[in-house]
Amino acid sequence: MKGIDLSVKIGKLTLKNPILLASGTVGYGNEISEFIDLEKIGGIVTKSLSLKPRKGNPPQRITETASGMLNAIGLANVGVEVFLKEKIPFLKKINAPLICNIAASSVEEYVECTRILTTEDWIKAFEINVSCPNVKEGGLEFGNNLSAVGKITSSVKAVTDKPVIIKLSPNVSRISDFAKVVKEEGGDAVSAINTLVGTAFNIWTRKPKIYNITGGLSGPAIKPVALAKVLEISRNVDIPIIGIGGITKWEDVIEFMICGAYAVEIGTVNFINPRAAIEMSEGIEKYCEQAGITEIKKITGSYQI
Amino acid sequence: MFNKNSSVEEIINLNGSVYLIKIYSPEIAKQIKPGQFLNVKVSDSLAPLLRRPFSVSNVEGDYLFLMVNLLGEGTKILTSKKKGDPLDILGPLGNGFNLDGDYELAVFAAGGIGEAPFPFVYKTIKGAKEIISFIGGKTAKEVVEYGIENPYISTDDGSLGFKGNVVQLMEQKKELLSSKKIKIFACGPTPMLKAVQGFAAKNNYECEISTESAMACGFGICQGCAIASAHQSEKYLLVCKDGPVFNAKDVVL
Repeated sequence: MKGIDLSVKIGKLTLKNPILLASGTVGYGNEISEFIDLEKIGGIVTKSLSLKPRKGNPPQRITETASGMLNAIGLANVGVEVFLKEKIPFLKKINAPLICNIAASSVEEYVECTRILTTEDWIKAFEINVSCPNVKEGGLEFGNNLSAVGKITSSVKAVTDKPVIIKLSPNVSRISDFAKVVKEEGGDAVSAINTLVGTAFNIWTRKPKIYNITGGLSGPAIKPVALAKVLEISRNVDIPIIGIGGITKWEDVIEFMICGAYAVEIGTVNFINPRAAIEMSEGIEKYCEQAGITEIKKITGSYQI
Repeated sequence: MFNKNSSVEEIINLNGSVYLIKIYSPEIAKQIKPGQFLNVKVSDSLAPLLRRPFSVSNVEGDYLFLMVNLLGEGTKILTSKKKGDPLDILGPLGNGFNLDGDYELAVFAAGGIGEAPFPFVYKTIKGAKEIISFIGGKTAKEVVEYGIENPYISTDDGSLGFKGNVVQLMEQKKELLSSKKIKIFACGPTPMLKAVQGFAAKNNYECEISTESAMACGFGICQGCAIASAHQSEKYLLVCKDGPVFNAKDVVL
């Protein structure tokens, strides 16, 4: 199987294979390293970091739904300062590209986090989580507002030379309009999709199953939605896309790439099978061999419609 | 920690909807400690999607035992398995009970399926410590006596043993708990654990509680199983990684 090139490029970021571990599903890498050799994966996207530590939501934070799960963790994280002090030593040791995911409640906070983190050379790119409430706008999500997404993109780009990936919310009417704004404002790539808003109730107590009432739906239940969003972006905007949503097996990786993804992030599956990323990269290599593909990047956007 | 080579050996109905599942799993059986848990994938399909966490109930040689209450989809699939069916198990996970230490009398307080971890605890400290067990359930059908000798029993409806809950029974039998250095080990539904926590605090007994929570991964990455800390208001603890067994003084239920 030698000779098959699994590497992909997201702007100026080169990954040895297209499989990244999604934000919020691998912490800061140390727990999952007990199960897999992180050097064999395309890269890690950290848990969302905010300027100050966040405690997160009270329990119950998760519940299973049909072929999926709802979570409302509440962006619990250690904050930029502790991240730099305590998580660096481990992350520096692993030879996998690290993408820092940033969550914030104001444009200024996104900028400040990026400005601090960009000085660390082991951080190769930023992924901006815009599915956060904007405190100045009464808690409305940045990700629902075209001009807010544009402003975040241009403001973050102004303080870093590293690739900036905007993680788009699917809870909008036309996701490709958001990808267009990201491109216009100088963003290097988009990742799509973040979780879909959902809820679940206990019929006997008539109470929501999670404390936050609504949560983000992830897992294989959302894969067809995610795939349609990736395809929509791919057909309308010329920007690198990282496909996310319900990937559980190598066939899903190929499907996302055919629909326009340059790379993918896998999330919920890490909770069930912490070795999934390795198994998938072996799977896609075999697929390339069988299909006579020498460079996997050639299948991106190769849909026959 | 990741074991795809385990298999079901035998499934026994203990009482009502409670089953004991004997599993061939030599690697995990060698390592696991009382109070630790396993996260089990009950099917190889996407339904149900997530693993199901179960506390280890007992260990014999190469075999693990899980005590399971048939409640939903996951436990239905698990209790319908046949001898030889493979099981995908992640474990051992979490921190077990601290069984060593400066106490003479171990007091077990189990509520419903909270009896699960005690057979292994019992076997481990039998002979080294004196043991008194209290087991409670809503009805006689919920009371499981497997793996523990001479327990005191309570049921909410009085269909077996003392009518009332485990903590009321412990209060009633308090003379058994005097004049010795005591440590309580408790496992059961949260309201019961809360009552045990209060009972231990009032009487100044050492107490460890085994908690439960909805969780996805079982090893600290999903952050789903938050539990409030008694000492740090700025962050939550995780049931899977910081627990599931906690000193009763360390968590707020």
